[in-house]
Amino acid sequence: MTTSTLMSAAEMEAIAARHPQLLKGSASKRVRSVLIIAGIALYMIYSWWFFSIGQVLTNANWGIAGSYLADWVSYEVRPDIRIAKDGAMQVVYPRFSPLGPDAKPDWVTIETKMMERSVDAPAAAQQQPQAKKSAFSFMAPNAAVAGSGTEAAAATETRTEEVVSRATVRFGGAASIEVVDGKVTAVYDGQTFLMRLDPAKGVEPEGALPAWATQKRPGEKIQLAFGMTGWAEVDVEKVSIHNRFPGWANFIFDTNSPFFNKSFGEVMSLITTGDRIDPALSNLALAWDNILYNSEWQHLDVWTKLLQTIVMAFVGTLFASVIAFPLCFLAARNITRNGVLNQVTKRLFDFLRSVDMLIWALFFTRAFGPGPLAGMSAIFFTDTGTLGKLYAEALENIDDKQREGVKSVGAAPLAVQRFGVLPQVLPVFASQALYFWESNTRSATIIGAVGAGGIGLKLWEAMRTNSDWENVAYMVILILIVVFIFDSVSNALRSRLMGQKTH
Amino acid sequence: MAISALSPTLSDNGAVVERHWQELNLRRRTYTFLGLALLAVALSGSLWFANATNAGKFFDRLPYFFDFVGDLVPRDGAEIGRALFDLPSPYDDGSLKYNYPEGRVYLTDTIYVPEYFYKMLETLNIAIFSTIFGMFFGFILCFFAARNMMPNPWVRGIARRFMEILRAFPEVVIAGFFLAILSLGPIPAMIAVSIHTVGALGKLFFEVVENADMRPDEGLKAAGGNWIERVWFGIVPQVLPNFMSYFLLRLEINVRASTIIGAVGGGGIGEPLRLSISQGHEAKTLAIIILLFTTIIAVDQFSAWLRRRLVGDQAFQLAQ
Repeated sequence: MTTSTLMSAAEMEAIAARHPQLLKGSASKRVRSVLIIAGIALYMIYSWWFFSIGQVLTNANWGIAGSYLADWVSYEVRPDIRIAKDGAMQVVYPRFSPLGPDAKPDWVTIETKMMERSVDAPAAAQQQPQAKKSAFSFMAPNAAVAGSGTEAAAATETRTEEVVSRATVRFGGAASIEVVDGKVTAVYDGQTFLMRLDPAKGVEPEGALPAWATQKRPGEKIQLAFGMTGWAEVDVEKVSIHNRFPGWANFIFDTNSPFFNKSFGEVMSLITTGDRIDPALSNLALAWDNILYNSEWQHLDVWTKLLQTIVMAFVGTLFASVIAFPLCFLAARNITRNGVLNQVTKRLFDFLRSVDMLIWALFFTRAFGPGPLAGMSAIFFTDTGTLGKLYAEALENIDDKQREGVKSVGAAPLAVQRFGVLPQVLPVFASQALYFWESNTRSATIIGAVGAGGIGLKLWEAMRTNSDWENVAYMVILILIVVFIFDSVSNALRSRLMGQKTH
Repeated sequence: MAISALSPTLSDNGAVVERHWQELNLRRRTYTFLGLALLAVALSGSLWFANATNAGKFFDRLPYFFDFVGDLVPRDGAEIGRALFDLPSPYDDGSLKYNYPEGRVYLTDTIYVPEYFYKMLETLNIAIFSTIFGMFFGFILCFFAARNMMPNPWVRGIARRFMEILRAFPEVVIAGFFLAILSLGPIPAMIAVSIHTVGALGKLFFEVVENADMRPDEGLKAAGGNWIERVWFGIVPQVLPNFMSYFLLRLEINVRASTIIGAVGGGGIGEPLRLSISQGHEAKTLAIIILLFTTIIAVDQFSAWLRRRLVGDQAFQLAQ
């Protein structure tokens, strides 16, 4: 900082005083930028009030956001430990458990004992053991139960049954719950927490509640949160387990498939050397069929819808550029020297562009029924306008010398366009069409959600149920892959097309 | 062919050149032909697939193509105006087809904003808010993604990938996710459009920054300016007009985007439009379309005018 070229403060001020217009902008300029910033700030405050953003954000159910986000990449298994009044317990899996029927996961340990029970309603007594045995095939037995239930009166009956006396559920991350003799012991985070289940007094915690347990009122159910590994709800008659596992459940084979729960090697050996499971199909065909029609992931349907989206963008853009191509010659004022014709075509382009893609999509959905034809037509109509406008602008900016050269040797009008104009604009046209193909692949997802075909509607339906977030994640990943591939292809093609030009 | 016929006496070298030119020409034609054939196959395959998976088949539905015109013919012409300004209709039958006083927003006891104007205002506000939001964060991010301002490839790569993800993530999913958390209203649409805008504007911005003249930056570097000073005094003044131009372009796109997002469940004009089309309320549909059409043209014209003032005739390409 001690070089001789450095000026003293006094010198600098002297220079600044001699040239005030260089160092200070005009007053209006300075005031204007301050005004613009203040205006934007005021507008943001106004919007905050207009949409009552603060209020909505505070009222939002943020707790649920975490579990929805967790659903994207993990799944829950939800067995219930039901506790009858006499202390007999049973572990029940829901009907569409990702573990399938006959679930015996190694993280649930049960001890059974024989117990003498007196039961009032025979229907209930018969239902319980078979519900424990299999959650899935209860259609036929249930009908039989209904029949026997009507003939047997509600008489008290005594019988000996095998019931669960102790159930231990292990969660990931050293959390566990043990239910035995009306007592629930939960271990998490190095703490042990005991709860007593009393039919008269409700759920009673022993000692103070740990940080991971919540109870709204004394005697009511207690919720236990084990972080990312799941949660549980303890009530007098039922302990609901929500054990969370990372990954997507049954992504390849669903629980109905004969290949369910088999390792890759087992499936391969079944396919290559095993006996036919279904006499009508080879095992390979059966496996493929099972994958395509997986009831939870619906691979075939998702892929079909994704292809629809791609096709919508492709055909819509292609048709749009094919129609915009001749029209833009009419719209360019240096090609067609007819003011009326120029204006008519340009206003047509403006009209097609300004009536939103959404409006076209809604109308074509009505004309063709829901499906890709509607989306395709919507993209076609909007993009004819956009591409036509861009093409006409490109035409108006061409270099006139080449055209004059071709004209001067006496070429026919069509030949003038072909050899004097087209070589200049064709790369630009193709590049614009490619760019819109790429961006339409993205917008086709959105208009799909209003019924115009493609993956948009499927995505929207999966989200509206609020329980299929893993399917949403699957579709989003597929969309991202497609968008990424199309981006790269279109970028590569465009840079090859525009390569010679210094753009 | 034509040239060799005109000049049959070519030298040996000339004949080689001629033959080579002929070969090149043939190859080019073959490629063009193959490319067109491939395109034709892809197109017919696509059309077949689209038709096969559509709910109604193209040729079966073609006679009904102009059915939608029926959605647009109101009982009498004045009905459109009455629907637009929410004036009492003489055909009132108690349904929402003619009168819909529930949607009015009263400013005082007697003066009210008709529902559609209010909804249009909502859509416009969604677009403006999210574009400003996107501009703010895109502005901050772009300097970390530009090669000339951020020599560290890791920071640059992370900033670019981040913006790519924001851009490519479907807006519908973001809107749907926040719809589940925040319940119905315009805010999910705002969040979705904002997030997309950050990615899209950030990309356009950093490309502008990379094309900036680096001499002011060198001067500041030589005078010992830190990174923020270099950005603020060296780069920002030259890129700001282009930034504003892209901001306005994005605003045009966002008005359209927020209408669409509104139709699938957010706030704004999209939802009444979808409902009135599906319920066959001709006058209301037409009123909304006219309103939307006028607004979009007004926004486009305003933005074109402002851009012309800011950057002259350059940077007029549309960007998504």
